[in-house]
Amino acid sequence: MKVLMKGNEALGEAAIRAGCRHFFGYPITPQTELAAYMSKRMPKIGGTYLQAESEIAAVNMVLGASAAGVRAMTSSSSPGISLKSEGISYMAGSDLPALIINVQRGGPGLGGIQPSQADYWQATKATGHGDFQVLVFAPSTVQEMVDLVSDAFDTADRWRMPAMILADGMLGQMMEPVELPEEGEHASTEKPWAANGHSNKREHNIINSLYLTPDKLEELVVERYKRYEQVKATEQRAEEYLCDDADVIIVAYGASSRVARSAVNKAREKGGKVGLLRPITLWPFPTGALQKAAGHAKAFLTVEMSMGQMVDDVKLAIDCRVPVHFFGRTGGIIPTPGEVLAEVEKLL
Amino acid sequence: MPITVICGHYGCGKTNLVLNLALEAAGSGPVTLVDLDIVNPYFRSSDYGELLKNKGVRLIAPVFAGTTLDTPTLPPEIQSIFAPGAGRVIIDSGGDDAGATALGGLSHGLKRSGYELIYVINRYRALSQSPQECAELLREIEGAARLLATGIVNNSHLGVETELWHVLESLDFARTAAELTGLPLLYSTVPDFALDGREPPEGFKAVGRLVKFAWE
Repeated sequence: MKVLMKGNEALGEAAIRAGCRHFFGYPITPQTELAAYMSKRMPKIGGTYLQAESEIAAVNMVLGASAAGVRAMTSSSSPGISLKSEGISYMAGSDLPALIINVQRGGPGLGGIQPSQADYWQATKATGHGDFQVLVFAPSTVQEMVDLVSDAFDTADRWRMPAMILADGMLGQMMEPVELPEEGEHASTEKPWAANGHSNKREHNIINSLYLTPDKLEELVVERYKRYEQVKATEQRAEEYLCDDADVIIVAYGASSRVARSAVNKAREKGGKVGLLRPITLWPFPTGALQKAAGHAKAFLTVEMSMGQMVDDVKLAIDCRVPVHFFGRTGGIIPTPGEVLAEVEKLL
Repeated sequence: MPITVICGHYGCGKTNLVLNLALEAAGSGPVTLVDLDIVNPYFRSSDYGELLKNKGVRLIAPVFAGTTLDTPTLPPEIQSIFAPGAGRVIIDSGGDDAGATALGGLSHGLKRSGYELIYVINRYRALSQSPQECAELLREIEGAARLLATGIVNNSHLGVETELWHVLESLDFARTAAELTGLPLLYSTVPDFALDGREPPEGFKAVGRLVKFAWE
Protein backbone atom coordinates (compact mmCIF):
# COMPACT_ATOMS: atom_id res chain seq x y z
CA MET A 1 0.00 0.00 0.00
CA LYS A 2 1.21 3.47 -0.80
CA VAL A 3 1.71 5.89 2.06
CA LEU A 4 1.94 9.64 2.22
CA MET A 5 5.37 10.76 3.32
CA LYS A 6 7.38 13.91 3.59
CA GLY A 7 10.56 13.78 1.55
CA ASN A 8 12.68 13.99 4.70
CA GLU A 9 10.88 11.07 6.34
CA ALA A 10 11.00 9.03 3.14
CA LEU A 11 14.79 9.42 2.99
CA GLY A 12 15.02 8.11 6.54
CA GLU A 13 12.71 5.13 6.03
CA ALA A 14 14.39 4.25 2.74
CA ALA A 15 17.79 4.23 4.46
CA ILE A 16 16.49 1.89 7.16
CA ARG A 17 15.08 -0.44 4.52
CA ALA A 18 18.43 -0.32 2.72
CA GLY A 19 20.01 -1.78 5.82
CA CYS A 20 21.29 1.38 7.48
CA ARG A 21 21.27 1.10 11.27
CA HIS A 22 23.62 3.96 12.10
CA PHE A 23 22.51 7.57 11.81
CA PHE A 24 24.50 10.45 13.24
CA GLY A 25 23.04 13.91 12.84
CA TYR A 26 22.38 17.37 14.05
CA PRO A 27 19.18 19.36 13.49
CA ILE A 28 18.86 22.14 10.92
CA THR A 29 15.89 23.43 8.95
CA PRO A 30 14.70 22.26 6.42
CA GLN A 31 16.16 18.81 7.10
CA THR A 32 15.21 18.27 10.74
CA GLU A 33 12.30 15.85 10.11
CA LEU A 34 14.82 13.33 8.80
CA ALA A 35 16.77 13.33 12.06
CA ALA A 36 13.50 13.39 14.04
CA TYR A 37 12.21 10.41 12.07
CA MET A 38 15.39 8.45 12.70
CA SER A 39 15.24 9.28 16.41
CA LYS A 40 11.81 7.63 16.55
CA ARG A 41 12.52 4.63 14.31
CA MET A 42 16.09 3.57 15.11
CA PRO A 43 15.54 2.63 18.78
CA LYS A 44 12.57 0.45 17.76
CA ILE A 45 14.66 -1.65 15.36
CA GLY A 46 17.84 -1.95 17.38
CA GLY A 47 19.63 0.73 15.38
CA THR A 48 21.63 3.71 16.55
CA TYR A 49 20.37 7.27 16.36
CA LEU A 50 22.77 9.72 17.81
CA GLN A 51 22.39 13.47 17.90
CA ALA A 52 25.98 14.61 18.00
CA GLU A 53 27.25 17.76 19.65
CA SER A 54 27.96 19.28 16.24
CA GLU A 55 27.91 18.52 12.53
CA ILE A 56 31.66 17.91 12.63
CA ALA A 57 31.26 15.29 15.36
CA ALA A 58 28.38 13.65 13.46
CA VAL A 59 30.29 13.22 10.22
CA ASN A 60 33.27 11.76 12.04
CA MET A 61 30.99 9.25 13.76
CA VAL A 62 29.84 8.24 10.27
CA LEU A 63 33.50 7.80 9.33
CA GLY A 64 34.06 5.55 12.32
CA ALA A 65 30.96 3.45 11.72
CA SER A 66 31.73 3.08 8.03
CA ALA A 67 35.31 2.05 8.83
CA ALA A 68 33.83 -0.76 10.91
CA GLY A 69 31.96 -1.93 7.82
CA VAL A 70 28.35 -0.91 8.55
CA ARG A 71 26.03 1.24 6.45
CA ALA A 72 26.16 4.68 8.04
CA MET A 73 24.70 8.04 7.15
CA THR A 74 24.28 11.63 8.16
CA SER A 75 22.10 14.43 6.91
CA SER A 76 22.07 18.19 7.10
CA SER A 77 21.29 21.33 5.17
CA SER A 78 23.72 23.66 3.42
CA PRO A 79 25.61 25.38 6.28
CA GLY A 80 25.80 22.05 8.11
CA ILE A 81 27.24 20.34 5.04
CA SER A 82 30.00 22.96 4.95
CA LEU A 83 30.88 21.90 8.49
CA LYS A 84 30.85 18.25 7.47
CA SER A 85 33.13 18.83 4.51
CA GLU A 86 36.29 18.02 6.44
CA GLY A 87 34.95 14.60 7.45
CA ILE A 88 33.73 13.91 3.92
CA SER A 89 37.23 14.58 2.61
CA TYR A 90 38.68 12.24 5.26
CA MET A 91 36.22 9.52 4.20
CA ALA A 92 37.13 9.99 0.54
CA GLY A 93 40.82 9.82 1.50
CA SER A 94 40.14 6.61 3.43
CA ASP A 95 38.07 5.04 0.61
CA LEU A 96 35.01 4.76 2.85
CA PRO A 97 31.46 4.44 1.56
CA ALA A 98 28.76 6.46 3.38
CA LEU A 99 25.61 8.39 2.63
CA ILE A 100 25.44 12.14 3.18
CA ILE A 101 22.16 13.92 2.55
CA ASN A 102 21.99 17.64 1.83
CA VAL A 103 18.51 19.19 1.94
CA GLN A 104 19.67 22.50 0.53
CA ARG A 105 18.58 25.93 1.72
CA GLY A 106 19.51 29.41 0.53
CA GLY A 107 23.05 30.66 1.09
CA PRO A 108 25.78 31.78 1.42
CA GLY A 109 26.35 32.05 5.15
CA LEU A 110 23.36 31.26 7.30
CA GLY A 111 21.32 32.32 4.27
CA GLY A 112 17.67 31.35 4.64
CA ILE A 113 15.50 28.32 5.25
CA GLN A 114 13.70 28.16 1.91
CA PRO A 115 14.71 25.75 -0.90
CA SER A 116 17.82 26.29 -2.98
CA GLN A 117 20.22 24.52 -5.33
CA ALA A 118 23.19 26.74 -4.66
CA ASP A 119 25.35 23.89 -3.30
CA TYR A 120 25.83 22.30 -6.74
CA TRP A 121 29.44 23.40 -6.97
CA GLN A 122 30.11 22.28 -3.42
CA ALA A 123 28.61 18.83 -4.07
CA THR A 124 30.13 18.15 -7.47
CA LYS A 125 33.47 19.94 -7.31
CA ALA A 126 34.51 20.99 -3.84
CA THR A 127 32.93 18.88 -1.11
CA GLY A 128 36.14 19.28 0.85
CA HIS A 129 39.88 19.71 0.46
CA GLY A 130 42.04 17.51 -1.74
CA ASP A 131 41.72 15.58 -5.00
CA PHE A 132 38.47 13.65 -4.75
CA GLN A 133 34.89 13.26 -5.90
CA VAL A 134 31.73 12.03 -4.22
CA LEU A 135 28.82 10.39 -6.01
CA VAL A 136 25.96 12.91 -6.24
CA PHE A 137 22.34 11.85 -6.77
CA ALA A 138 19.56 14.36 -7.43
CA PRO A 139 16.01 13.08 -6.83
CA SER A 140 13.02 15.06 -8.08
CA THR A 141 10.09 13.29 -6.38
CA VAL A 142 9.57 11.75 -2.97
CA GLN A 143 9.39 8.31 -4.63
CA GLU A 144 12.73 8.94 -6.29
CA MET A 145 14.18 9.98 -2.93
CA VAL A 146 13.23 6.51 -1.68
CA ASP A 147 14.64 4.74 -4.73
CA LEU A 148 17.92 6.66 -4.83
CA VAL A 149 18.78 6.09 -1.17
CA SER A 150 19.39 2.37 -1.67
CA ASP A 151 21.07 3.02 -5.03
CA ALA A 152 23.37 5.54 -3.35
CA PHE A 153 24.32 3.10 -0.60
CA ASP A 154 24.94 0.31 -3.14
CA THR A 155 26.97 2.52 -5.48
CA ALA A 156 29.02 3.91 -2.60
CA ASP A 157 29.83 0.36 -1.45
CA ARG A 158 30.68 -0.75 -4.99
CA TRP A 159 33.22 2.03 -5.55
CA ARG A 160 34.27 2.58 -1.94
CA MET A 161 33.50 6.28 -1.95
CA PRO A 162 31.02 8.60 -0.18
CA ALA A 163 27.69 9.29 -1.88
CA MET A 164 25.56 12.38 -1.49
CA ILE A 165 21.87 12.87 -2.11
CA LEU A 166 21.48 16.49 -3.13
CA ALA A 167 17.89 17.42 -2.33
CA ASP A 168 16.39 20.79 -1.46
CA GLY A 169 14.01 22.21 1.11
CA MET A 170 10.99 21.78 -1.14
CA LEU A 171 11.66 18.08 -1.76
CA GLY A 172 12.41 17.56 1.91
CA GLN A 173 9.23 19.23 3.11
CA MET A 174 6.71 18.20 0.46
CA MET A 175 4.42 15.23 0.83
CA GLU A 176 3.78 12.67 -1.90
CA PRO A 177 2.53 9.07 -2.01
CA VAL A 178 5.34 6.52 -2.02
CA GLU A 179 5.74 2.80 -2.39
CA LEU A 180 8.41 1.63 0.02
CA PRO A 181 10.62 -1.37 -0.80
CA GLU A 182 10.58 -4.41 1.46
CA GLU A 183 13.50 -4.47 3.80
CA GLY A 184 16.39 -6.62 2.63
CA GLU A 185 15.86 -5.98 -1.10
CA HIS A 186 19.15 -4.08 -1.16
CA ALA A 187 22.41 -5.60 -2.30
CA SER A 188 24.76 -6.51 0.50
CA THR A 189 28.42 -5.98 -0.19
CA GLU A 190 31.28 -7.89 1.38
CA LYS A 191 33.69 -5.51 3.08
CA PRO A 192 36.95 -7.40 3.59
CA TRP A 193 38.70 -4.07 4.26
CA ALA A 194 36.59 -3.21 7.33
CA ALA A 195 38.31 -2.59 10.63
CA ASN A 196 35.91 -4.76 12.59
CA GLY A 197 38.20 -7.06 14.52
CA HIS A 198 40.63 -9.59 13.00
CA SER A 199 40.19 -12.29 15.69
CA ASN A 200 43.81 -13.29 15.05
CA LYS A 201 42.70 -14.78 11.73
CA ARG A 202 43.90 -12.12 9.33
CA GLU A 203 46.17 -9.08 9.07
CA HIS A 204 45.09 -5.82 10.63
CA ASN A 205 42.89 -3.62 8.48
CA ILE A 206 43.90 0.00 8.86
CA ILE A 207 41.62 2.86 7.80
CA ASN A 208 43.66 5.99 7.30
CA SER A 209 43.93 9.12 5.18
CA LEU A 210 47.36 10.33 6.32
CA TYR A 211 50.22 9.55 3.92
CA LEU A 212 53.34 11.63 4.54
CA THR A 213 55.32 10.16 1.65
CA PRO A 214 54.39 12.08 -1.52
CA ASP A 215 55.00 9.08 -3.80
CA LYS A 216 52.60 6.92 -1.80
CA LEU A 217 49.96 9.66 -1.61
CA GLU A 218 50.20 10.31 -5.35
CA GLU A 219 49.89 6.60 -6.08
CA LEU A 220 46.71 6.34 -3.99
CA VAL A 221 45.13 9.44 -5.55
CA VAL A 222 45.95 8.26 -9.06
CA GLU A 223 44.41 4.86 -8.30
CA ARG A 224 41.29 6.63 -7.02
CA TYR A 225 41.07 8.72 -10.20
CA LYS A 226 41.25 5.56 -12.32
CA ARG A 227 38.26 4.34 -10.37
CA TYR A 228 36.50 7.68 -10.99
CA GLU A 229 36.94 7.12 -14.73
CA GLN A 230 35.17 3.77 -14.39
CA VAL A 231 32.41 5.47 -12.37
CA LYS A 232 32.00 8.09 -15.11
CA ALA A 233 31.75 5.35 -17.72
CA THR A 234 29.16 3.25 -15.88
CA GLU A 235 27.13 5.28 -13.39
CA GLN A 236 25.77 8.26 -15.38
CA ARG A 237 22.00 8.63 -15.11
CA ALA A 238 19.53 11.04 -16.68
CA GLU A 239 15.87 11.13 -17.64
CA GLU A 240 14.78 12.42 -21.02
CA TYR A 241 11.30 13.90 -21.35
CA LEU A 242 10.03 14.77 -24.84
CA CYS A 243 13.61 15.31 -26.04
CA ASP A 244 13.52 13.33 -29.31
CA ASP A 245 12.16 16.11 -31.54
CA ALA A 246 12.99 19.05 -29.26
CA ASP A 247 14.53 22.24 -30.62
CA VAL A 248 15.10 23.61 -27.15
CA ILE A 249 16.03 21.34 -24.27
CA ILE A 250 15.77 22.46 -20.68
CA VAL A 251 18.37 20.94 -18.38
CA ALA A 252 17.21 20.91 -14.77
CA TYR A 253 17.41 18.61 -11.75
CA GLY A 254 15.57 18.26 -8.44
CA ALA A 255 12.72 20.63 -7.63
CA SER A 256 13.52 22.97 -10.52
CA SER A 257 13.04 20.03 -12.92
CA ARG A 258 9.44 19.78 -11.67
CA VAL A 259 8.95 23.42 -12.63
CA ALA A 260 10.71 22.83 -15.95
CA ARG A 261 8.47 19.85 -16.69
CA SER A 262 5.37 22.01 -16.21
CA ALA A 263 6.92 24.62 -18.54
CA VAL A 264 7.65 21.93 -21.16
CA ASN A 265 4.02 20.77 -21.01
CA LYS A 266 2.77 24.33 -21.41
CA ALA A 267 5.13 24.94 -24.34
CA ARG A 268 4.01 21.70 -26.01
CA GLU A 269 0.35 22.74 -25.67
CA LYS A 270 1.28 25.81 -27.71
CA GLY A 271 3.10 23.68 -30.30
CA GLY A 272 6.64 24.50 -29.16
CA LYS A 273 9.15 21.66 -29.55
CA VAL A 274 10.61 21.72 -26.06
CA GLY A 275 12.03 18.89 -23.99
CA LEU A 276 13.55 18.29 -20.59
CA LEU A 277 16.79 16.51 -19.84
CA ARG A 278 16.97 15.80 -16.13
CA PRO A 279 20.32 14.75 -14.67
CA ILE A 280 19.74 12.12 -11.97
CA THR A 281 23.44 11.82 -11.21
CA LEU A 282 25.20 15.19 -10.94
CA TRP A 283 28.51 13.45 -10.44
CA PRO A 284 29.15 11.62 -12.65
CA PHE A 285 27.49 14.23 -14.84
CA PRO A 286 25.37 12.62 -17.60
CA THR A 287 27.57 13.80 -20.46
CA GLY A 288 26.47 10.94 -22.72
CA ALA A 289 22.78 11.95 -22.64
CA LEU A 290 23.69 15.60 -23.22
CA GLN A 291 25.95 14.81 -26.18
CA LYS A 292 23.16 12.82 -27.75
CA ALA A 293 20.69 15.67 -27.21
CA ALA A 294 23.15 18.21 -28.66
CA GLY A 295 22.94 16.27 -31.92
CA HIS A 296 19.55 17.76 -32.72
CA ALA A 297 18.72 20.53 -30.23
CA LYS A 298 19.30 24.13 -31.33
CA ALA A 299 19.76 25.43 -27.81
CA PHE A 300 19.85 24.39 -24.16
CA LEU A 301 18.41 26.27 -21.22
CA THR A 302 19.54 25.32 -17.74
CA VAL A 303 17.04 26.15 -15.02
CA GLU A 304 18.36 26.23 -11.50
CA MET A 305 17.60 27.60 -8.06
CA SER A 306 21.03 29.25 -8.01
CA MET A 307 22.98 31.82 -10.01
CA GLY A 308 23.80 29.19 -12.63
CA GLN A 309 26.21 26.63 -11.22
CA MET A 310 25.42 23.77 -13.65
CA VAL A 311 25.72 25.85 -16.86
CA ASP A 312 29.45 25.22 -17.32
CA ASP A 313 29.03 21.46 -16.92
CA VAL A 314 26.42 21.45 -19.68
CA LYS A 315 28.72 23.52 -21.93
CA LEU A 316 31.64 21.18 -21.27
CA ALA A 317 29.53 18.08 -21.82
CA ILE A 318 28.49 19.23 -25.30
CA ASP A 319 31.79 20.96 -26.08
CA CYS A 320 29.86 24.23 -26.66
CA ARG A 321 28.35 22.83 -29.85
CA VAL A 322 25.09 24.75 -29.33
CA PRO A 323 24.36 27.79 -27.15
CA VAL A 324 23.62 27.10 -23.48
CA HIS A 325 21.42 29.69 -21.77
CA PHE A 326 20.49 30.06 -18.14
CA PHE A 327 17.47 31.04 -16.10
CA GLY A 328 17.38 30.85 -12.34
CA ARG A 329 16.11 32.29 -9.11
CA THR A 330 18.08 32.14 -5.92
CA GLY A 331 17.93 32.92 -2.22
CA GLY A 332 15.11 30.47 -1.56
CA ILE A 333 12.83 31.36 -4.46
CA ILE A 334 11.45 28.65 -6.75
CA PRO A 335 11.04 29.79 -10.36
CA THR A 336 7.48 29.56 -11.68
CA PRO A 337 6.50 27.52 -14.76
CA GLY A 338 5.38 30.83 -16.36
CA GLU A 339 8.81 32.41 -15.90
CA VAL A 340 10.54 29.37 -17.39
CA LEU A 341 8.09 29.25 -20.31
CA ALA A 342 8.81 32.92 -21.09
CA GLU A 343 12.56 32.16 -21.22
CA VAL A 344 12.00 29.11 -23.44
CA GLU A 345 9.86 31.09 -25.84
CA LYS A 346 12.69 33.57 -26.39
CA LEU A 347 14.77 30.67 -27.74
CA LEU A 348 12.19 29.02 -30.00
CA MET B 1 -19.87 30.42 18.87
CA PRO B 2 -17.16 28.00 20.05
CA ILE B 3 -13.71 28.46 18.60
CA THR B 4 -12.79 25.65 16.21
CA VAL B 5 -9.32 24.21 16.75
CA ILE B 6 -7.82 21.75 14.25
CA CYS B 7 -5.04 19.47 15.45
CA GLY B 8 -3.41 16.24 14.27
CA HIS B 9 -0.28 14.51 13.06
CA TYR B 10 1.85 16.81 10.94
CA GLY B 11 1.18 16.15 7.30
CA CYS B 12 -2.33 14.73 7.83
CA GLY B 13 -3.86 17.60 5.84
CA LYS B 14 -4.86 20.02 8.60
CA THR B 15 -3.97 23.15 6.67
CA ASN B 16 -5.94 22.15 3.59
CA LEU B 17 -8.97 21.38 5.76
CA VAL B 18 -8.63 24.65 7.69
CA LEU B 19 -8.46 26.65 4.45
CA ASN B 20 -11.60 24.89 3.21
CA LEU B 21 -13.45 25.58 6.47
CA ALA B 22 -12.40 29.24 6.49
CA LEU B 23 -13.40 29.87 2.88
CA GLU B 24 -16.70 28.05 3.42
CA ALA B 25 -17.50 30.28 6.41
CA ALA B 26 -16.41 33.46 4.63
CA GLY B 27 -19.31 35.58 3.50
CA SER B 28 -21.57 34.74 6.43
CA GLY B 29 -20.03 37.04 9.04
CA PRO B 30 -16.47 37.80 10.13
CA VAL B 31 -14.00 34.90 9.95
CA THR B 32 -10.55 34.72 11.52
CA LEU B 33 -8.00 32.05 10.72
CA VAL B 34 -5.18 31.65 13.23
CA ASP B 35 -2.01 29.98 11.94
CA LEU B 36 -0.60 28.66 15.18
CA ASP B 37 2.13 26.57 13.58
CA ILE B 38 5.39 27.63 15.19
CA VAL B 39 7.23 24.50 14.03
CA ASN B 40 7.03 24.11 10.28
CA PRO B 41 8.17 26.90 7.94
CA TYR B 42 6.75 25.22 4.81
CA PHE B 43 3.18 24.46 3.60
CA ARG B 44 1.32 26.47 6.20
CA SER B 45 -1.91 28.44 6.14
CA SER B 46 -0.18 31.82 6.27
CA ASP B 47 1.27 31.00 2.80
CA TYR B 48 -2.29 31.55 1.57
CA GLY B 49 -2.66 35.09 2.95
CA GLU B 50 -3.60 36.55 -0.42
CA LEU B 51 -6.34 33.99 -1.06
CA LEU B 52 -7.76 34.50 2.43
CA LYS B 53 -7.62 38.29 2.15
CA ASN B 54 -9.48 38.21 -1.14
CA LYS B 55 -12.25 36.21 0.50
CA GLY B 56 -12.41 38.55 3.48
CA VAL B 57 -10.84 36.14 5.99
CA ARG B 58 -8.65 37.76 8.63
CA LEU B 59 -5.35 35.93 9.13
CA ILE B 60 -3.41 35.95 12.37
CA ALA B 61 0.00 34.36 11.90
CA PRO B 62 3.26 34.01 13.80
CA VAL B 63 5.19 37.26 13.56
CA PHE B 64 7.89 35.95 11.25
CA ALA B 65 5.80 33.46 9.23
CA GLY B 66 6.73 33.53 5.57
CA THR B 67 10.10 35.10 6.25
CA THR B 68 13.28 33.11 6.56
CA LEU B 69 13.56 33.89 10.25
CA ASP B 70 13.12 30.64 12.14
CA THR B 71 11.68 32.17 15.31
CA PRO B 72 8.55 30.89 17.02
CA THR B 73 6.91 34.17 17.99
CA LEU B 74 3.15 34.76 18.24
CA PRO B 75 1.62 38.24 17.87
CA PRO B 76 -0.36 39.86 20.76
CA GLU B 77 -3.24 40.26 18.27
CA ILE B 78 -3.97 36.60 18.94
CA GLN B 79 -5.81 37.58 22.16
CA SER B 80 -8.43 39.34 20.00
CA ILE B 81 -9.99 35.96 19.18
CA PHE B 82 -11.47 35.93 22.69
CA ALA B 83 -13.05 39.40 22.31
CA PRO B 84 -16.82 39.70 21.86
CA GLY B 85 -17.75 39.95 18.19
CA ALA B 86 -14.69 38.01 17.04
CA GLY B 87 -17.02 36.00 14.82
CA ARG B 88 -16.06 32.59 13.57
CA VAL B 89 -12.51 31.66 14.64
CA ILE B 90 -10.62 28.67 13.24
CA ILE B 91 -7.21 27.76 14.65
CA ASP B 92 -4.72 25.73 12.59
CA SER B 93 -2.49 24.11 15.19
CA GLY B 94 0.99 22.84 14.39
CA GLY B 95 1.50 19.11 13.94
CA ASP B 96 1.92 16.58 16.74
CA ASP B 97 2.44 17.48 20.39
CA ALA B 98 5.33 19.84 19.52
CA GLY B 99 3.02 21.87 17.29
CA ALA B 100 0.24 21.80 19.88
CA THR B 101 2.47 23.42 22.52
CA ALA B 102 1.47 26.92 21.38
CA LEU B 103 -2.14 25.83 21.80
CA GLY B 104 -1.40 25.05 25.44
CA GLY B 105 -0.65 28.73 25.97
CA LEU B 106 -4.17 29.59 24.82
CA SER B 107 -5.91 26.81 26.75
CA HIS B 108 -7.29 29.02 29.55
CA GLY B 109 -8.86 31.44 27.08
CA LEU B 110 -10.25 28.60 24.99
CA LYS B 111 -11.80 26.90 28.01
CA ARG B 112 -13.43 30.19 29.05
CA SER B 113 -14.78 31.06 25.62
CA GLY B 114 -15.72 27.53 24.57
CA TYR B 115 -14.03 25.45 21.89
CA GLU B 116 -14.27 22.38 19.75
CA LEU B 117 -10.97 20.56 19.29
CA ILE B 118 -11.07 18.51 16.11
CA TYR B 119 -8.54 15.74 15.70
CA VAL B 120 -7.70 15.12 12.03
CA ILE B 121 -6.59 11.63 11.00
CA ASN B 122 -5.33 10.14 7.73
CA ARG B 123 -4.83 6.40 7.37
CA TYR B 124 -2.43 6.90 4.46
CA ARG B 125 -0.06 9.12 6.44
CA ALA B 126 3.11 7.40 7.61
CA LEU B 127 3.47 6.92 11.38
CA SER B 128 -0.26 7.44 12.05
CA GLN B 129 -1.74 4.71 9.92
CA SER B 130 -3.24 2.54 12.62
CA PRO B 131 -6.09 3.53 14.97
CA GLN B 132 -3.75 2.66 17.87
CA GLU B 133 -1.07 5.08 16.65
CA CYS B 134 -3.75 7.75 16.21
CA ALA B 135 -5.03 7.23 19.76
CA GLU B 136 -1.52 7.39 21.19
CA LEU B 137 -0.69 10.55 19.27
CA LEU B 138 -3.92 12.19 20.41
CA ARG B 139 -2.98 11.66 24.06
CA GLU B 140 0.35 13.42 23.42
CA ILE B 141 -1.36 16.29 21.60
CA GLU B 142 -3.97 16.70 24.34
CA GLY B 143 -1.21 16.81 26.94
CA ALA B 144 0.70 19.54 25.12
CA ALA B 145 -2.47 21.47 24.26
CA ARG B 146 -3.91 21.15 27.79
CA LEU B 147 -7.25 20.61 26.07
CA LEU B 148 -9.40 17.59 25.32
CA ALA B 149 -10.46 16.72 21.80
CA THR B 150 -14.17 16.82 21.06
CA GLY B 151 -14.39 15.03 17.71
CA ILE B 152 -12.56 13.31 14.87
CA VAL B 153 -12.46 14.20 11.19
CA ASN B 154 -11.32 11.44 8.88
CA ASN B 155 -9.18 13.22 6.29
CA SER B 156 -7.70 10.08 4.71
CA HIS B 157 -6.20 10.82 1.31
CA LEU B 158 -3.15 10.05 -0.84
CA GLY B 159 -2.44 13.50 -2.25
CA VAL B 160 -2.98 13.91 -5.98
CA GLU B 161 -3.32 10.14 -6.35
CA THR B 162 -6.46 9.96 -4.17
CA GLU B 163 -9.34 7.99 -5.65
CA LEU B 164 -12.80 7.53 -4.20
CA TRP B 165 -12.06 3.95 -3.07
CA HIS B 166 -9.15 5.20 -0.98
CA VAL B 167 -11.44 7.34 1.14
CA LEU B 168 -14.22 4.73 1.29
CA GLU B 169 -11.73 2.09 2.46
CA SER B 170 -10.56 4.37 5.26
CA LEU B 171 -13.93 4.28 7.05
CA ASP B 172 -13.21 1.20 9.18
CA PHE B 173 -9.93 2.77 10.31
CA ALA B 174 -11.73 6.00 11.23
CA ARG B 175 -14.51 4.21 13.12
CA THR B 176 -12.00 2.15 15.13
CA ALA B 177 -9.99 5.31 15.92
CA ALA B 178 -13.23 6.96 17.12
CA GLU B 179 -14.03 3.95 19.30
CA LEU B 180 -10.53 3.82 20.79
CA THR B 181 -10.51 7.52 21.63
CA GLY B 182 -14.16 7.66 22.69
CA LEU B 183 -14.75 10.57 20.31
CA PRO B 184 -17.50 11.00 17.74
CA LEU B 185 -16.52 10.68 14.07
CA LEU B 186 -17.85 14.02 12.82
CA TYR B 187 -17.36 13.41 9.11
CA SER B 188 -14.91 12.19 6.49
CA THR B 189 -13.50 14.30 3.69
CA VAL B 190 -13.16 13.51 0.02
CA PRO B 191 -11.12 15.67 -2.38
CA ASP B 192 -13.46 17.18 -4.98
CA PHE B 193 -11.28 15.96 -7.87
CA ALA B 194 -11.82 12.35 -6.70
CA LEU B 195 -15.59 12.77 -7.04
CA ASP B 196 -15.59 13.42 -10.81
CA GLY B 197 -18.69 15.56 -10.49
CA ARG B 198 -20.57 13.06 -8.31
CA GLU B 199 -22.13 13.97 -4.97
CA PRO B 200 -20.03 13.00 -1.93
CA PRO B 201 -21.26 9.78 -0.24
CA GLU B 202 -23.22 10.10 3.01
CA GLY B 203 -21.05 11.18 5.92
CA PHE B 204 -18.49 12.73 3.55
CA LYS B 205 -17.68 16.37 2.92
CA ALA B 206 -16.10 17.45 -0.36
CA VAL B 207 -12.96 19.57 0.04
CA GLY B 208 -10.97 21.50 -2.55
CA ARG B 209 -7.25 20.87 -2.95
CA LEU B 210 -5.95 24.28 -1.97
CA VAL B 211 -2.47 23.40 -0.71
CA LYS B 212 -0.51 22.87 -3.91
CA PHE B 213 3.05 22.58 -5.16
CA ALA B 214 4.90 25.54 -6.63
CA TRP B 215 4.98 23.96 -10.09
CA GLU B 216 1.26 23.27 -10.45
